[in-house]
Amino acid sequence: MIVHAIFFYTFSIIAVVSAIMVTASKNTVHSVFFLILDFISISCLFIMIGAEFLGMIMLIVYVGAVAVLFLFVVMMLNVAQQKNQWFAGEQSSRHIPVGLIISTLIFFEIIIVIGGWKYKPEIFDINNSLANTNVSNTHSLGQILYTDFIHVFQISGMILLVAMVGAIVLTFRQRSGLKRQSYIKQISRERAEGVEVLEVHSNKGVKIDD
Amino acid sequence: MIDIGLGHYLTLGAVIFSIGVIGIFLNRKNIIVILMSIELILLAVNINLVAFSIYLGDLAGQVFTLFILTVAAAEAAIGLAIIVVYFRNSGTIRVEEIDKLKG
Repeated sequence: MIVHAIFFYTFSIIAVVSAIMVTASKNTVHSVFFLILDFISISCLFIMIGAEFLGMIMLIVYVGAVAVLFLFVVMMLNVAQQKNQWFAGEQSSRHIPVGLIISTLIFFEIIIVIGGWKYKPEIFDINNSLANTNVSNTHSLGQILYTDFIHVFQISGMILLVAMVGAIVLTFRQRSGLKRQSYIKQISRERAEGVEVLEVHSNKGVKIDD
Repeated sequence: MIDIGLGHYLTLGAVIFSIGVIGIFLNRKNIIVILMSIELILLAVNINLVAFSIYLGDLAGQVFTLFILTVAAAEAAIGLAIIVVYFRNSGTIRVEEIDKLKG
């Protein structure tokens, strides 16, 4: 039990500190790296608590895809000139106290709800889709994901498809001045437009007009 | 304090959620950090769902965490695409100067 506590406090302190650094760091690239550290420590917490499939999926999806996408966009856009401005701007300083007040209010509201909440004793006994202790977490998750939640699962696949199409449509642009290979133009080329037979007289040369 | 229970995980979720909200309010630098704060908020929600799912023995919470993960990935992709297009058109992604996205 004490090992559990030590690991929990270690990972949660790392997660909280890196979450603070995500918002407070001056350099945006550093923010992305702290975001990756945050995801990794939270997924370690998930694996430790017993949701190992979700921990691994978090590593793959967040660290492998989302954070790298963030890093890619940060490096593609030129945000380097803003890296020395911390909460930059002159007229924006009035946002800071309002933001702090609202955030601390939200935090204390949640803490009051958590601290003052007595769990119903029978809530620990209801087992709807119970985590069966004989099979692993991944196995039992797959058993209900593809049976009870199959429609939601397919809808989430549709959401991913729409997001992919939307991102491509948003960022696609037709560049001018590029030489592209067009198969249909190549195939439909006729002999008449490619070859021309000229009468060549001696000592006169050939005039080609194009 | 030593005995880790559901309340510890919920408190961790609350702390990370509040840090995400602070990040949205305080950040005037560029809009990518705001997207990262939204990711932090979704992460806090995921912590809550997984903690409840484990401590109540109900796997539906983990399934919903999976769907939240999906939506978060889609949202990050679309948001970053919009940011890239905006930067290409106006040359800045500073929060103060973005006032073109109307309607």
